[in-house]
Amino acid sequence: MRPARGTAVPAPGTACSPRSSKPLKDQADTVVNGLVARFRAGEKAALARAISWAENGSPEFAGFLREVYATVGRAWRTGVTGPPGAGKSTLVNELAKVLRARARTVGILAVDPSSPITGGALLGDRIRMEERTSDPGVYIRSMASRGSHGGLSRAASDACDAIDAFGIDEILLETVGVGQAEYDVVSATDTVLVVLCPGAGDGIQAMKAGILEVADVLVVNKVDLPGSDRLLLDLEEAAHIRHAGRSAWIPPVVGCSAGKSQGIEDVVAALERHRQHLEAAGLDAVRAEKRVAQVQRVLQERLGAALWSEGGQGRRARTLLAAGRTPYDVVDELAAALVGALRGAG
Amino acid sequence: MVETKIRVLVAKPGLDGHDRGAKTVASVLRDRGMEVVYTGLHQTPEMIAEAAMQEDVDVVGLSILSGAHMELFPRVRDELVKRGMGHVLLVGGGIIPSDDMRKLESAGFAKLFGPGTRTDDIGAYIEAEMAKRRARNAAS
Ligand SMILES: Nc1nc2c(ncn2[C@@H]2O[C@H](COP(=O)(O)OP(=O)(O)O)[C@@H](O)[C@H]2O)c(=O)[nH]1
Ligand SMILES: [Mg+2]
Repeated sequence: MRPARGTAVPAPGTACSPRSSKPLKDQADTVVNGLVARFRAGEKAALARAISWAENGSPEFAGFLREVYATVGRAWRTGVTGPPGAGKSTLVNELAKVLRARARTVGILAVDPSSPITGGALLGDRIRMEERTSDPGVYIRSMASRGSHGGLSRAASDACDAIDAFGIDEILLETVGVGQAEYDVVSATDTVLVVLCPGAGDGIQAMKAGILEVADVLVVNKVDLPGSDRLLLDLEEAAHIRHAGRSAWIPPVVGCSAGKSQGIEDVVAALERHRQHLEAAGLDAVRAEKRVAQVQRVLQERLGAALWSEGGQGRRARTLLAAGRTPYDVVDELAAALVGALRGAG
Repeated sequence: MVETKIRVLVAKPGLDGHDRGAKTVASVLRDRGMEVVYTGLHQTPEMIAEAAMQEDVDVVGLSILSGAHMELFPRVRDELVKRGMGHVLLVGGGIIPSDDMRKLESAGFAKLFGPGTRTDDIGAYIEAEMAKRRARNAAS
């Protein structure tokens, strides 16, 4: 009865005849309801399965989320990003330790890149979080970034919703700060913590990479290594130049040594200050805007896929291009036809 | 747009300090398109089962060279079952005598791979098994 990951029942109204669609839908509902019951009973395995649905883009996830959505919004979501090797996983482990000492439950989502060639991934972040594995107040999940751009942000934010609904207090979401997809992921969290370390580029490079724009808190990890004082100063200067007089929140720059468990309390204190700042500034409005952005992203993704495949756009584009038209003229023509069709339907 | 991947946990139970073999298998499986969670050395059966459950993996692969497989492998299996993870495809490898292989294969292990197994054979076995299981689940 329990379907393996992804052997999902088709969404209602797709791919099956009206006669068979009813029982299939019932079957999907039974699967979702069964999972929701186990989820509400606090079974981590049920949370784990819900996240699998999210990352596979399984149709069951929508039904699951609908059932538990009323309890989403209690967790605080901290995105932890920065270049590979900066010490994100080590820091996440340390943050979790401090938060647990304060009796907060912790959910960790660690995203690592998939190979664009094979689609496979080696997910090794758990190694640094080993001490947390057997703590009943901690849930750790590794996630591969997989192929599509929108896919990652959807899966990661859905996974955060599931962890949140499970009743966990603090979510730590680790992503490698490399591209637009990761940027979208961290911007969906409440607090973005950017981790840098000496040797992995100076403050100017960080500015060029746009990393300061997403940061709510800047962390210089590995202060036990030479060069960290310089990096701290560079970042403080850069953060001031960027934000002073323009925003109510200037990202603090905090030094720590996650590998030596030093300075972690300072990082947590900075996270707390940002949280208080957002709560005073109107957290609900900020979060509501992020939900709107999520809807926009998912809608664009879905419309894009639907319009391209079902409209036979590929075939038309090939014909027009073969006739010597420029790509932009082809786009104009296809877009005009689509908009016309929508107007006619509306 | 349902996108499925085979998710595998590669783990090293017990005290032996060599994970070259486990790491090699992990990267071969990755190169075949699987998502491989690697948890490092010195894992207790409880830690392995707990990670497998939290990660909702399809496959757990154990590697051991210390000779303690008859003690540790069944305990991993027990801990998995305790967490409702009895359905995972459970495989193991290392320096394991063929007698022990047979015993484990009748005690919940799907397959044991002895020394000298080609890593690609492990990958191909997992793919074939998972394809069978998914076909069965889709039919039911
Ligand atoms: N010297 C030093 N090394 C550290 C520190 N924190 C982490 N590391 C090391 O940096 C490397 C990368 O750490 P990891 O947490 O995996 O980085 P990630 O790729 O950003 O998640 C590991 O070898 C860690 O042991 C630190 O505070 N000081
Ligand atoms: Mg990491």
